[in-house]
Amino acid sequence: MIPLWMYLVVAAGLFVIGMFGVLSRRNAIAILMGIELMLNAVNVNLVAFWRYQTPTKLSGQAFAAFVFAVAAAEAAVGLALIIGIYRRKRSVIADDVNLLKW
Amino acid sequence: MDITAEAIVFLLLSVLTLGSALLVVTTRNLFHAALYLMLALFGVAGFFVLLAAPFLAGFQVVVYIGAIAVLIILAVMLTPSVTRLPRIYNAQWAVNLALAVVFFLLLFSVLTPVVDDLGISGTWGANFTQNSPADVPASSVSDLGEALVDPQQYMLPFELASVLLMGALIGAALLVSPTARDDEDAPHESGQGA
Repeated sequence: MIPLWMYLVVAAGLFVIGMFGVLSRRNAIAILMGIELMLNAVNVNLVAFWRYQTPTKLSGQAFAAFVFAVAAAEAAVGLALIIGIYRRKRSVIADDVNLLKW
Repeated sequence: MDITAEAIVFLLLSVLTLGSALLVVTTRNLFHAALYLMLALFGVAGFFVLLAAPFLAGFQVVVYIGAIAVLIILAVMLTPSVTRLPRIYNAQWAVNLALAVVFFLLLFSVLTPVVDDLGISGTWGANFTQNSPADVPASSVSDLGEALVDPQQYMLPFELASVLLMGALIGAALLVSPTARDDEDAPHESGQGA
């Protein structure tokens, strides 16, 4: 079978790509897409560790399912916030929404 | 590692997932980026199938590709000026790229046996060299379903997750509901239009 570390490396690559997107994109929707990529990388890690370390217990899969629920809630609220900001400021560039910046 | 069918599938899924993930963060057109995001999520679903977690693979297709990606596409369409940005990255993107590469190399050196092969002894590598895990019990999907509603196991977090989702959806609907917002915004519309 495929060694565990290969899954971990692919998940690390996915996480790092998502992290670059979150840190560098100007558009708030693109930032949310980066967050989705990072959450998916975490889920791959969780399931890979479940498969290779404790396949008879279910904690890994259950935890991944909860990550799904949190990701869905995050996407719904995040996109609603972005649409609300767009209505007020006609912009979704994260740099334009700096009202709370010291 | 000898070339097996599983290895080929793994390689294809890796290329699909990482390639489309790269396109998600580099494509200028956000609508295309959202479609590439769907492809990347599909690759992750393939990993779940490969890891013998069919329930999560189905969940991934239904929740992520079916709901979240479609929600993102909807948001892209509702904010029309966003696909024609002159610059897609902010001023710090070069630093961020260097940071991401360094972070990946650190993770790579810890996760893979490369460091051990180089002869650097010590505790740097994490030794994740398992490659023949025990078989997954045939009843793993039904066991997971029971564990999620079993008071001894995950019933409380499961119910909390449903309350969280309910609260998030009500909050999202409230944030974008046109009634209260428009009354409030209407007098300012001309002033804030720019």
